Amino acid sequence: MPTSEALAPTALDAALLPRPFRVVATRDETADTATMWLEPSDGETLRFAAGQFTMIGVPGRGEVPISISGDPREPVLLQHTVRAVGDASGALARVAVGDVVLVRGPFGTGWDVQRAAGSDVLIVAGGIGLAPLRPALLDVLAERERYGRVALLVGTRMPDQLLFVDEVQEWRSRLDLEVLVTVDAAAPTWRGRVGLVTGLLPVADWDPAQAHAFVCGPEVMMRLTAEAVVHAGADPSRVRVSMERNMKCGVGLCGHCQLREHFVCTDGPVFDYDVLAPLMTVRGL
Amino acid sequence: MTVYDLVDLLSEHRFFHGLDKDTLHLLRGCAQNAHLREDEYLFRTGGPADTFYVVRQGLVALELTAPGRAPLVLETVGEDGVLGWSWLVPPYKWFCDARAVEPTDVVVLDGACLRGKCDADPALGYALLTRVSQVMHERLQATRVRLLDLYGGPGAHL
Repeated sequence: MPTSEALAPTALDAALLPRPFRVVATRDETADTATMWLEPSDGETLRFAAGQFTMIGVPGRGEVPISISGDPREPVLLQHTVRAVGDASGALARVAVGDVVLVRGPFGTGWDVQRAAGSDVLIVAGGIGLAPLRPALLDVLAERERYGRVALLVGTRMPDQLLFVDEVQEWRSRLDLEVLVTVDAAAPTWRGRVGLVTGLLPVADWDPAQAHAFVCGPEVMMRLTAEAVVHAGADPSRVRVSMERNMKCGVGLCGHCQLREHFVCTDGPVFDYDVLAPLMTVRGL
Repeated sequence: MTVYDLVDLLSEHRFFHGLDKDTLHLLRGCAQNAHLREDEYLFRTGGPADTFYVVRQGLVALELTAPGRAPLVLETVGEDGVLGWSWLVPPYKWFCDARAVEPTDVVVLDGACLRGKCDADPALGYALLTRVSQVMHERLQATRVRLLDLYGGPGAHL
């Protein structure tokens, strides 16, 4: 075998080899969450589908799976929104312009919002779950005429923990998009809703008989939301959820993210709810 | 101008779905319309819980206060929601404050009147109690889930 062939990188090698990206902009979203815009040092644009994630990390601080929060139609700069919950994500959430981060991917399945063409679209986000859903919403808005009624329902802990505040405000001003926000608790100065995000379902304008729902947030929130959407009359196969597990290799080899017969990094993170529903109530999974 | 009868208003509300017109006519005797201005209180903690509110339009905040702490909004109730089950349970006192966050239209049902009709007509009592139980069930579940502080925990790939 010629040496050049023996050393030629395979797709697997490429998926496992981190690429350096330079931070070109950052924005604090909340006290513990920041958005960063990254430029590939090798000049090769990282194209992705809404819902996919990368393995990303500050050199020497480990890597973590983070969903891409940017616009799939504008992939020149890679956009991630990271909440500091541990050492690796904490280092990421504190990067500054000029820093270099290492990125592998994109990995996993996407939201595939196109399947909702001709139907109502219900996008339900809990907390940081709005970040992985942002690309899905942007996909829908880019071809708004292809869809029926579109509603974005957002639940978060407190008013000051809402992500993408300016953009949410802009979305609220659109006549072709319903945006409802609720928080878990608030001071009396908050003029919006307080309560679980599922409480927004009866308020939103959508037809359960033909709607597609895309749900992302903490797993309990996703399960309760999916159950409520199905209880309202939606077909479980039209509900999609994005699972969170301990992804490591990103390519279905290491098994860290295994969920019974599913590898979340390759079979997911976005799954049809009817596939996952039986697993979501199993303790310890 | 269309003038709506209270029976029409009640029949359109989610809480009363499934009740027949005769029953709604019976309830009309306990009901009256009310409009609340922004930041007007419907009731205050410890006050006599002698009413049941059916929110037609607007938003009401349920608030809890404690000495030395800022008031906290526990929950809001919007259109298609109802407020207050304390009229059904002795000692008939409100547990929290309720404030209109924005101009709000409600149907106010007199608690003593409702209890009287329920005592006289067990079928009506059962129908109302199952509906109130549904609301209590939803709020209790929501409260339990919020106790988990879901958005406060770590989120890996998100």
